[in-house]
Amino acid sequence: MPVDAPLAMLRRAALTGAVVASVALGGPAWADTAPADPALAPTVAANPALEADTMELAHKLRCLVCQNQSIAESNAPLAVDLRNQVREQLAAGKTKDDVIDYLVDRYGDFVLYEPPFKAVTVLLWLGPVVLLVGGAAWLAFRLRRRREEAAAERGLSAADRARARALLEGGAAGAAQSESPESRS
Amino acid sequence: MKAKFLVPLLLFFGLAGFLAFGLTLNPREVPSPLIDKPAPDFSLARLDKPEQTFALKEMQGQVWMLNVWASWCVACRQEHPLLVQMAKQKIVPVVGLNYKEVRGDGAINARGMALEAETAMAIERARRWLSDHGDPYVLSVLDIDGRVGIDFGVYGVPETFLIDRDGRIRYKHIGPITPEALKDVLIPRIEELRRAG
Amino acid sequence: MIPELGHFALILALVLSLVQAVVPLVGAQRNSMALMAVGRPAAQGQFFFIVFSYVCLTWAFVTSDFSVQLAATNSHSETPIMYKITGVWGNHEGSLLLWAMSLSLWTVAVTVFSRHLPDAFLARVLGVLGLVSAGFISFTLVTSNPFERLLPAVADGRDLNPLLQDPGMIIHPPLLYMGYVGFSVAFAFAIAALMSGRLDAAWARWSRPWTTIAWVFLTAGIAVGSGWAYYELGWGGWWFWDPVENASFMPWLLGTALMHSLAVTEKRGAFRSWTVLLAIGAFSLSLLGTFLVRSGVITSVHAFATDPKRGLYILALLVIVIGASLLLYAMRANKLMGGGSFALVSRETSLLANNVLLTVASASVLLGTLYPLFLDALNLGKISVGPPYFEAVFVPLMTPVVVLMMFGPFLRWKDDDLAAAVRKVAPAFIASVLIGFGTAWAVDHVTWRTVLGLSLAAWVVLASIQLLAGRLKERAGASAGSRLRSITASWWGMWLAHLGIGVFIIGVTMVGSLDQSLDVKMKEGQRAELAGYSFVFRGAVDADGPNYDAARGNIELSRDGRVLDTLTPEKRVYRAQGMPMTEASLDIGVFRDVYVSLGEQLEDGAWIVSLYYKPFISWIWMGCVLMGLGGIFAAADRRYRRLAAREAAGAGQRVAASA
Repeated sequence: MPVDAPLAMLRRAALTGAVVASVALGGPAWADTAPADPALAPTVAANPALEADTMELAHKLRCLVCQNQSIAESNAPLAVDLRNQVREQLAAGKTKDDVIDYLVDRYGDFVLYEPPFKAVTVLLWLGPVVLLVGGAAWLAFRLRRRREEAAAERGLSAADRARARALLEGGAAGAAQSESPESRS
Repeated sequence: MKAKFLVPLLLFFGLAGFLAFGLTLNPREVPSPLIDKPAPDFSLARLDKPEQTFALKEMQGQVWMLNVWASWCVACRQEHPLLVQMAKQKIVPVVGLNYKEVRGDGAINARGMALEAETAMAIERARRWLSDHGDPYVLSVLDIDGRVGIDFGVYGVPETFLIDRDGRIRYKHIGPITPEALKDVLIPRIEELRRAG
Repeated sequence: MIPELGHFALILALVLSLVQAVVPLVGAQRNSMALMAVGRPAAQGQFFFIVFSYVCLTWAFVTSDFSVQLAATNSHSETPIMYKITGVWGNHEGSLLLWAMSLSLWTVAVTVFSRHLPDAFLARVLGVLGLVSAGFISFTLVTSNPFERLLPAVADGRDLNPLLQDPGMIIHPPLLYMGYVGFSVAFAFAIAALMSGRLDAAWARWSRPWTTIAWVFLTAGIAVGSGWAYYELGWGGWWFWDPVENASFMPWLLGTALMHSLAVTEKRGAFRSWTVLLAIGAFSLSLLGTFLVRSGVITSVHAFATDPKRGLYILALLVIVIGASLLLYAMRANKLMGGGSFALVSRETSLLANNVLLTVASASVLLGTLYPLFLDALNLGKISVGPPYFEAVFVPLMTPVVVLMMFGPFLRWKDDDLAAAVRKVAPAFIASVLIGFGTAWAVDHVTWRTVLGLSLAAWVVLASIQLLAGRLKERAGASAGSRLRSITASWWGMWLAHLGIGVFIIGVTMVGSLDQSLDVKMKEGQRAELAGYSFVFRGAVDADGPNYDAARGNIELSRDGRVLDTLTPEKRVYRAQGMPMTEASLDIGVFRDVYVSLGEQLEDGAWIVSLYYKPFISWIWMGCVLMGLGGIFAAADRRYRRLAAREAAGAGQRVAASA
């Protein structure tokens, strides 16, 4: 295989790159929050892990009074209240699903940026799949019909075939003339 | 013209129909999932007698309304005369839920304020506002931190909940009550609930 | 007086756009040279008057003429001059005028650069563009007059929204509009071709460079918008799947499909019906985006103040333009069948498959964007569709696109041997998957998303190198220089743009997998650590600007004891609106950005500071730059110029034939 040599080089380069990157990242570094060192700034959240969970969930919840922002992004009073609710409940040991249920019970599915799968959202969730299958079916249909047309062409008389071939070759030459570079690759 | 080439056009007309209908809708108004569910229970200090609390069950057996208000809420001022008028005509008992009276006011920095001080300030402000604009409420309760508001799914002030004799929320009005909404929606519903017994 | 002149100029522009719409179309139908010749001067005159009108509006902003309603609500005497000028498009009315002006600019460009087109064809193109222009100018005049007076004038204006007082505002909207509106040219070419019944490969060749340039503008506009959001919003997000972002992304997806489809139609005469439909679709989605932003049917951070009358007008415009186009398509599409034949395994098939995928992706974004509206209209409740949905849908759809995108160029046109082609790319493909796993493992983040992203990126890069190597080997014996020279600009364009996608994916994957953040309370002299970096707070000072009060923090960034940068995030309060804003400060690097934003000051004098570490995030925009460069290379290919010259010579003979 002619491509092997450059490929091997690339592979090495990519792996080196990955190592460099991992060094640059320095691994998952956690801020040292030891209160003993007064030179170290304290974290805003008493519990950074809880805060991370809170914010992750908050990014998936919609602020009802905002122009399409999550409660993590917004500083509207309601967003702050709901963020506090999320934090308190997670701190009290509730699961993320519990918190989501709590908010949906009060504000409805509107608060969820990820709409739940249910009767009214079937089309939303399956729509892309249906579109994809539809598109693939259409593609298959078109390609098959093209092949049939091509087969019909092949069934022509020998003279016709010769003429067709001449035409096709002429067409290919024409394409090359018009400098369509891809046609040569 | 083959029928299949009309498909894009028909799809587009369908879409345009929805968009036209969309123009008549208000994307900011979110329906409450609490409709026809029992109103969330709560127990909050009364504005008139802060040492006493008010609980949902005290309204058991009555059709009544819970109106969310605050003195800093501009739109409340708009609906307030209507509430006062309703109270005069004794249309329906209305309980006021005074929502985040102090910390909801953008003009006040309530951070770090002790709860007692905040409550005292809330009572003072709320009472003064009611004496200035009239008090249409059977009573008002103080939701200092807005927690009960969250339980009711409140996302703006004012909001009004219509609650039946069994303590179930039957209707929610978002934004200031207008005379039309009162006449065409609220009063018929109140009467219907009363008839239902 | 000047605002009235501007208003009057806009009315004249409307009259000229109607002339440009009607006269050349009639001329083309009657084969009258005299009538067709009206199109060009009408388009140029229209451009002159729109620019004049636009300058008049800008004048009101620059001179702080607050007797003009728009200036009073969107400007302020203390606003810096740059934001007085850009404030013109920071609102519905002014941006609509910008829309109309960029349409007019594109039209004038067509009159200048398409002299070689057959007269009847050019007449129809100008006619179609004139119709769209008349629609938008009348929309401006009837529902959104930017020159509305405010009498008596107010003493001072309400200022431009502080979020918009940013260098991003200077270039983002014009680029985006040039892109959006630029698809009108491909649209007009397609409609002109449908009208004339002249549906051979020629119109595809003519519209290719126009489509590509519009696509470059749109790519740049979206990328700048995303970069702006990244540093402006203060927490480092760069794409939000907001309905209005989607409104620009959908035409981009379909425009991408269109560019590729045009290539096939030009070279092989195939996909003609499909290409026409894509040309109509891309512009229709641009129009739909305009509707979504301005009608208020959807809540978005970007939406303009709304008015149902505007929504109705623009919807009517949409129905007329798109409805008529699709009707014309339905009437003429059967003439579009056939074209060059190709086998199941061929470049054509791979392009068609990718076209289908891009269209499905675009339709899915449309579905997600409008689904809440559908449910609400049918009274089935309110839901929100946000980033989790779009990511869940988009990643699986784009994965095959990226795989095919790099496989297609290895296939020959017309017919190829699948087994041979697969053998050719198999080593690179397998290596990519291994690299994906290996890198994810090396950065200690083995999730399916990270592995998939890195594998796809590796696939793009490796296959690009293999393509280039193969290309250079073709002319064995020739010197390296002549081998490089033998590669056409359009091939480089394709290569660069595809490589750009790979670079983009690296950025998205790395920052999505490995970013870190920390909120700390900092007093002067205190230190915080994140991802191996040290941040020392050197205090905050007052740093008031012309129209805002601000505190500026001073944070020393260092790593391993070496000081790298001093970061100066600001917390501003814009005086006219009393609106607080955070101005983040970034240390931008090739392999990571360090991003700091200043929060509030606490009672004890400490400041809340948010620290972010964003690995490889600049690769997102480097990828976009490569894509844009690719587009520029492709559009600049010499053969377009040569073809233009050749066609200009033969244009005269064709008039009769095409009419």
